[in-house]
Amino acid sequence: MSAGAISPQRATSGSTLLEVRNVAKSFGAAQVLKNISLEIASGEFLTLLGESGSGKTTLLRLTAGFEQPTSGEIWMSNERLDTLPPYKRRVNTVFQNYALFPHLNVRENVAYGLRVKSTPKAEIAGRVEEALRMVKMVSFADARPATLSGGQQQRIALARALINRPQLLLLDEPLSALDANLRKQMQSELKALQREIGIAFLFVTHDQDEAMALSDRIALLRNGALEQIASPRDIYSRPATAYTAEFIGQTNLLRGEINNGAVRCGPMQWKTSEGNGTALFSLRPEAIRLADTSSQLPHAVRFRGIIRQQIYSGASELLEIDCGENQILRARIPASGPLSDEHEFIFSASDAVRVTESPAPRGSLATDREPR
Amino acid sequence: MYSRAYKAVISAPPLLWVCLFLLLPYALMFAHSFWLVRDGSLVHRWNLQNYRALFINPLYFQVFLRTARIAASVTLCSLLLGYPLAYFLSFHAGPRKELLYQLVIVPLWVSYLVRGYAWKTILGSDGVLNGFLQYLHITHEPVSFFLYSPFAVVLMLTHIYTPFVFLPIYAALEHIPRPLVEASQDLGADRPATFLRVILPLSIPGLVAGATFAFVLSLGDFLAPLLVGGPSATMIANIVQSLFGAAYDWPLGAAISVCILLITVSLLFTTERLEKRWSFK
Repeated sequence: MSAGAISPQRATSGSTLLEVRNVAKSFGAAQVLKNISLEIASGEFLTLLGESGSGKTTLLRLTAGFEQPTSGEIWMSNERLDTLPPYKRRVNTVFQNYALFPHLNVRENVAYGLRVKSTPKAEIAGRVEEALRMVKMVSFADARPATLSGGQQQRIALARALINRPQLLLLDEPLSALDANLRKQMQSELKALQREIGIAFLFVTHDQDEAMALSDRIALLRNGALEQIASPRDIYSRPATAYTAEFIGQTNLLRGEINNGAVRCGPMQWKTSEGNGTALFSLRPEAIRLADTSSQLPHAVRFRGIIRQQIYSGASELLEIDCGENQILRARIPASGPLSDEHEFIFSASDAVRVTESPAPRGSLATDREPR
Repeated sequence: MYSRAYKAVISAPPLLWVCLFLLLPYALMFAHSFWLVRDGSLVHRWNLQNYRALFINPLYFQVFLRTARIAASVTLCSLLLGYPLAYFLSFHAGPRKELLYQLVIVPLWVSYLVRGYAWKTILGSDGVLNGFLQYLHITHEPVSFFLYSPFAVVLMLTHIYTPFVFLPIYAALEHIPRPLVEASQDLGADRPATFLRVILPLSIPGLVAGATFAFVLSLGDFLAPLLVGGPSATMIANIVQSLFGAAYDWPLGAAISVCILLITVSLLFTTERLEKRWSFK
């Protein structure tokens, strides 16, 4: 890590706990991870976000020790991690389908990690009790996993991992098997628990809402390469690439031409300090407003458009605006009753974030290395 | 819903089969065991004499003990061979898994008799094994105890029943979700600890099923002792065979059969409960 002392991959706060250095992984001819570098600070909640096949689970499994990197290194607390077998690593995993031992009851499942390390019996009993209390499952100590609901199994899997007091907890899409309501509830419990115990979480998900709700930072992976790593607020408001902008939340991608300090983008025009050439901008739907309902905006850009579609969703509604020249924009405005025909819209030029064209999906290693 | 008539038509053939070829023979066997033979002909007079003879004459008990001992040895040897093989195939064979699996199964397609005679030619005085040992100058004259001994019977039956033991164990191992193995390692258990605490307990149903196959099939075997066993390895089924054949004492043979049947059924009952006790979905 010589070049760039403040690289975007570097953890923002606290001391560095885990360091992934130029890790690549191939399965046969398929390159699943391409030169990934990132850091996790102690106590940080870092989410690996990406579509299926983006390599997020592979990175998690490399950290847990279930796979070996093809090249690169993983370090934890100034100790080489990737050369250790899984059972010697101070990380624990919450598996996607919980992987509770079906032949053991809840108490025995939670005690497993302490038992194999020959912890004294009296200590085991106390810590199991404590761990079960933490996940509010004390009354289920004698139950078999098969008799528990998904959410309950989830809690036991969490307790079974946390009882070993790992420095880093790996969570592989732990909430994906739960129904929507339970999922929301578990999300908030998980976040609260992480704050309370202060253990770093490396969390894998394909659900961007979940990533936004839980994480201190999000690492967005795409085809085995790191697309962007930033806090949820930054990654949403300052997406670096068109892919990030479209993956995280909804967006309008505007292709424009910069000419002598002015951007021209279909019927819209605004000032910029950037150099001449074509450029791509991301404009979030909620940045667009009806001109007559909003007062002053700094650097306001105005345009007229015909409302083609209005999709109501309670507090807000989504408009599909045809602003001519084949330009369809989506705007999310506060619910304001049926609208039709032509209206004037407005947005702030500072909300149009310049993004780079995402590299070709199956590009070579060289072009995928630094998506910035 | 299927009509009553349809169900009757469909279930009639198997029911008839079971009645004709299973229940009826068992009933006949059961009846015979309470009859007796006098002056070379069967007398249909109900009595317990055959069962009394079984308990009074120590010969039967001795042969039964030997049979159980041989069956137990076969079971143990098959498990010692079959379990590691199944474990290796299931966890470490990689892409060769399918091929190796087929290789284990192939011997099942070869006739039992052929395999028996093969062992005869291997173990005999002029056999392959003796020839080989003499060629290496380990022995100077043929070793006679290879063939016609309980050892030969155990060897042959182990060879025959190892695939039967392998199959259910392999199936049980294949059904163990791999994340459980990873979870165990993740929680600090090395390979041996993971095997003892997760893999072995979860494979017990397959282990019990395999052991039951080997034991029950060996218990009733009469060809192996006939082919490679000799008089010192006579098993209970050979006694039954001779009672039904040359000795012409069907009632006594039937009484022994009933005893073996009871033992086998209670064994199956026990092992099924064991399998249930150790199976988790």
